[in-house]
Amino acid sequence: MSDFWSWYIIALTVLMLLGCAGLLLWNRSISEEEASKKTTGHVFDGIEEKNTPLPRWWLWLFILTLVFSVVYLVLYPGLGKFPGILGWTQEGQWQEEVDFVHKQTQPIFEQYAQVPVEELWQHQEVMEVGARLFANNCATCHGANANGARGYPNLTDNDWLYGGEPEAIRASLVNGRRGMMPPMIAAVGGTDEAVRDMALYVQSLSRPALRDDPTKAEAIARAEPRFMMCAACHGAGGVGNPMLGAPNLTDDIWLYGSTLADIEEAIRQGRGGVMPAFGEVLSAERIHVLTAYIYGLSRQ
Amino acid sequence: MSNAHEKVEKNVGLMIALVLVVISLAGLAQIVPLFWQKSTTEPLKTLRPYTALEMEGRDIYIREGCHVCHTQMVRPFRAETERYGAYSVAGEDVWEHPFLWGSKRTGPDLARVGGRYSDDWHRVHLRNPRDVVPESNMPGYPWLERTKVDWEHTERKLRLFKDIFGVAYSDEMLNEQMEKVSGEWAEATEEDALVAYLQQLGHAMTGR
Repeated sequence: MSDFWSWYIIALTVLMLLGCAGLLLWNRSISEEEASKKTTGHVFDGIEEKNTPLPRWWLWLFILTLVFSVVYLVLYPGLGKFPGILGWTQEGQWQEEVDFVHKQTQPIFEQYAQVPVEELWQHQEVMEVGARLFANNCATCHGANANGARGYPNLTDNDWLYGGEPEAIRASLVNGRRGMMPPMIAAVGGTDEAVRDMALYVQSLSRPALRDDPTKAEAIARAEPRFMMCAACHGAGGVGNPMLGAPNLTDDIWLYGSTLADIEEAIRQGRGGVMPAFGEVLSAERIHVLTAYIYGLSRQ
Repeated sequence: MSNAHEKVEKNVGLMIALVLVVISLAGLAQIVPLFWQKSTTEPLKTLRPYTALEMEGRDIYIREGCHVCHTQMVRPFRAETERYGAYSVAGEDVWEHPFLWGSKRTGPDLARVGGRYSDDWHRVHLRNPRDVVPESNMPGYPWLERTKVDWEHTERKLRLFKDIFGVAYSDEMLNEQMEKVSGEWAEATEEDALVAYLQQLGHAMTGR
């Protein structure tokens, strides 16, 4: 703030306070001559206005508010650049709050950080802290009970797209993940029939009984050699590849649904699940606790 | 002296003049200096102007009344910065006309929501919030997915922001934006625009 604006604000503020005080003094009392009259002379429809001085309680209240504002302006910022003798700022107050809580929680989080994830999740207290962090940051997509939703993995079933080891979970949290299944319609044959065949084949990977269904066996057999194209990511036999986040297709756990329509949609349009990075949102110690919490969810 | 107020009370012209003086003093002291402060008139260095798609998304945000239930203002309290991210500063909003701080949080604050969720999440959530957040009471906006963006006034809007509000668009930028409008965004839906707008919220402070 430049000196000009600082003085401008000070001048206006002081002028207002003086103006209020002046107005008060001016109207504080009435002359003896005035006081001798019982009314002000205003008459309307037979109603006369009485002539009395300001009520004392009101007068004192007004004086108190003036005193309050002077004290306030001395203690707190308000008069231009003058910061007030307490040196209060809203940023400072925020920093105090943050430091206060940091001082209390940091030793606890540091203590947690020393314990490996495999052990950490077994402590009830850690799981409670983790549950709070999860509710605040993860539940929006993965659900309040971590059961996931269509397109958002269930974290309680010990089935992992990118691996369930502590370091894999931590990497997902810090850097996020970007699933990338391209549209495969051309690769599987390009026709509606080829897509349907492949969807049936993918279903049969986790439901072998379908192969014995005479109405489907033929279609499944047609698609089988073309699955080579899919195996590049999903692995031979469709067991998945955690390096790419390509799901295991043999376990009957479905991220986007198990109906033929769901699978066909995946083949036609591809899929692209995104897990945002939390490395800059949460501190390393908090991510450690969350890692343990998520690691523990499917082991409880 | 004691009866001087009679002069004011019986002289309406003088009374009007004095009332105007009194009611303008607070504004003169509190509001007017802000027009000349760097912290309120200079954009953050990291702030970038809206793309045409984001600009239309912003207007959809306004049209659908998102600001009625969502604020875009993280206050400097620990509880808020813990949940949302860095508190809001004036330099983020220098190019906002009108600003969308809102005044009531029925839903969460959105000032730092950009990059927090995936595009897909926003789409599913806008169509039916309960598909991803079962306990949500936000209404669905399924028509956005089915409605194409109306590009009729876009160029005028961008020019207005450049010429009247001094937003740092160059002529090349505007041309580039309008090329995209007739090119890759020609068939964009209102949902695309709104998601694009949401995904850039807070970019100047979060870098996302």
